[in-house]
Amino acid sequence: MTAATEVDRLVATHGSEPPALMDIARDIQAAEGCVSPERQRQIAERLDMRIAEVRAFVGFYSFLTEEPQGSIVIRLCDDVVDRMKGFDRVRDAFEEALGVSVGETTPDGAITLTTTPCIGLSDQAPAALIGDVPVPFLSSDRARDIVSSLRVHADPTRLVTRMGDGKNRHPLVRSMVRNNLERPGTFIFGPEYRGEAIRKALSMTPFEVIRTIKTARLRGRGGAGFPTGMKWEFTRVARGARKFIVCNADEGEPGTFKDRVILTELPDRVIAGMTVAGYALGAREGLFYLRGEYAYLRPYLEDVLERRRADGLLGRDILGKRGFDFDVEIRMGAGSYLCGEETALLNSCEGRPGDARDRPPFPAESGYLGFPTSVNNVETLCCVAKILEHGAATFAELGLQQSTGTKVLSVSGDCTRPGIYEVPFGTTLEAVLEMSGGEGAGAVLVGGPSGTWVNPEGFGRRIAFEDLATGGAIVVFGPDRDLLVALEGYADFFAEESCGYCTPCRVGTQLIQRYLQRFREGRADQGDLDGLLRVARTLKTTSRCGLGQTAGNPVLTTLQSFSQVLEAGLPAVGTRRAAFDLEASVAGARALRGGDHV
Amino acid sequence: MSTEAGTRPRIATVSLAGCFGCHMSLLDIDERILELAELVEIHKSPIVDRKTFAARCAVGLIEGGCCNAENVETLRAFRDHCDVLVSVGDCATMGGIPALRNRVPLKECLDEAYLSGPSTVNPTGRIPDDPELPLLLDRVYPCHEVVPIDYHVPGCPPPADALWAAVQALLSGEDPVLPYALLKYD
Repeated sequence: MTAATEVDRLVATHGSEPPALMDIARDIQAAEGCVSPERQRQIAERLDMRIAEVRAFVGFYSFLTEEPQGSIVIRLCDDVVDRMKGFDRVRDAFEEALGVSVGETTPDGAITLTTTPCIGLSDQAPAALIGDVPVPFLSSDRARDIVSSLRVHADPTRLVTRMGDGKNRHPLVRSMVRNNLERPGTFIFGPEYRGEAIRKALSMTPFEVIRTIKTARLRGRGGAGFPTGMKWEFTRVARGARKFIVCNADEGEPGTFKDRVILTELPDRVIAGMTVAGYALGAREGLFYLRGEYAYLRPYLEDVLERRRADGLLGRDILGKRGFDFDVEIRMGAGSYLCGEETALLNSCEGRPGDARDRPPFPAESGYLGFPTSVNNVETLCCVAKILEHGAATFAELGLQQSTGTKVLSVSGDCTRPGIYEVPFGTTLEAVLEMSGGEGAGAVLVGGPSGTWVNPEGFGRRIAFEDLATGGAIVVFGPDRDLLVALEGYADFFAEESCGYCTPCRVGTQLIQRYLQRFREGRADQGDLDGLLRVARTLKTTSRCGLGQTAGNPVLTTLQSFSQVLEAGLPAVGTRRAAFDLEASVAGARALRGGDHV
Repeated sequence: MSTEAGTRPRIATVSLAGCFGCHMSLLDIDERILELAELVEIHKSPIVDRKTFAARCAVGLIEGGCCNAENVETLRAFRDHCDVLVSVGDCATMGGIPALRNRVPLKECLDEAYLSGPSTVNPTGRIPDDPELPLLLDRVYPCHEVVPIDYHVPGCPPPADALWAAVQALLSGEDPVLPYALLKYD
């Protein structure tokens, strides 16, 4: 049967172990528009998995579907920033031009229209992914043009009209995306010394490398800020027949796009950081987990790896050091915010749904396939390479006591120069707003929806682990923005991305949505505020992983900094709940009963 | 010890969109029902058959959520006439079994029940529409979404001992805090 042979061919290419599931499923999805139950059965058989496991996998990732999708899938980014920049008009234009609503496929099966959370293009919103092609700066005119072009050639890659800047023009990237590198700092975006970091590392013992990272006081750049040297030491001393270095390139925090620019401009630096980690930790294998939204960078990154192999910077006996072997394999995501969490990411790499694991054990002890694993952020690995090149002291001189070095910020929203800013830790929010043309902002969301809302009185606060910790997302809201609308947008995001494993998060994220809707419709009373707070706090203290633990933050930090958004004009609880409207709730039954009996 | 009728605190109970299971559980307090009868005057309840409130009550116990307009009206009357209102059981606190219909459009529910269900025999082909019948709500609501509720007693049904402990505490003016043993079901 030809159909089954196709799976055999993919197994031959990608492997016959469960970790190959992602690549196999993605290829089938791309070729056939779905991973049908029949395909799931075949895959399960070849990978020696249960059908239920394959089905759970397909069901988990938003880029994989059991039901057929169109040959081309248009994913409109409906992040809060996109909504600020005209998402509604763009969506309406697409719906009108295609003659279908969001979530539907054109009758000829050619094009599916859907929405997706932040795709890492907040500085060029509204944006969409069409196939794997990122399309920035959408307008309703552009939407209509795109639909008519696709109707003619059905090839998303031919939508690329004017290419972006920098390496976005690289023949293997050829993307319309812009870097908007507004303020490249002297450190991470400083000059390239290819091979230098590894050379320096190899002149030391692995423990000296770890000590160097500790001396630099480097902390993880994904947001949580765990000391990298400590993570490395734990992984180094853990027992395991194999060890893994994983690069977390799954930035999904709405409003974050710094990793996209780093991967576009400085991929060598990231791989160098991984290689140094491999040497320091005694790992021979590296996994590079690339979010599905950045699939357009994959051929380019594969080429970077290939060139490094050719130059002796990857592979066997790296830079002539006998016995130091290290190589990197790219693993893909498929549309899941949760996979940015390190244990969820590891599950995803293993061919499982990307939900979080219970900790302990931590990945340093039991990570990928149960082996000691260090998962590090793209930017962290960049820092590693630069620390090796310039020395720990140079790095530690920058920034503050507990936040050394620089931070790459993704600034978007109501500012005139959205883009990438590399600033030393300790820079005030005010300075960032000034650089990016966001003066006069009414509110700034630091660290994405799981971070902190800051009001103008707080603009003197500093970007630092001591004060405003952030993975890099800075979203600026002008003075006239209705923050309740933004809050609701982020609540939609968490409700959509909750994996559903634990009850507080599965139910709580939906309750928050429902409460906020009442506030927006002016039907809330004091009891709703109490309920909202209770749910937000319950989420924080009882959820299983970081997603649920932070999903209540937008509400909680809004109440700290912008209490009027929720509290203004809120009636006390009387003898009736304000949200319940008897007439509205019987309207449906009344209509069904018809005009005869009222 | 017996107290004069009229000086005892009044309580009221009702079953809205429930199955009377919670009331059965209340009766399950066994011989303590005699003690209850001495402690309180049962003013309005399915077991005394009074239709409307004639006096203010200290405590109202609500079984069931709200599935139709009459439930809402009754619940509001309870709120207006009771000092303390308690949602008793999972239907009152969360909607419970009746709320299973919340994900199905109202028309589909009625069609399934009266027209197309596999065991339906309905030669008239009509969905009951007598004006006397209360209008159904768009979905089943837990009581606290319709009126403020002071306390919730979980369980399907709450065990008799839990109800007894809650009522005793409320009547003695204490905050009813139920021990874990009364709230665990396995």
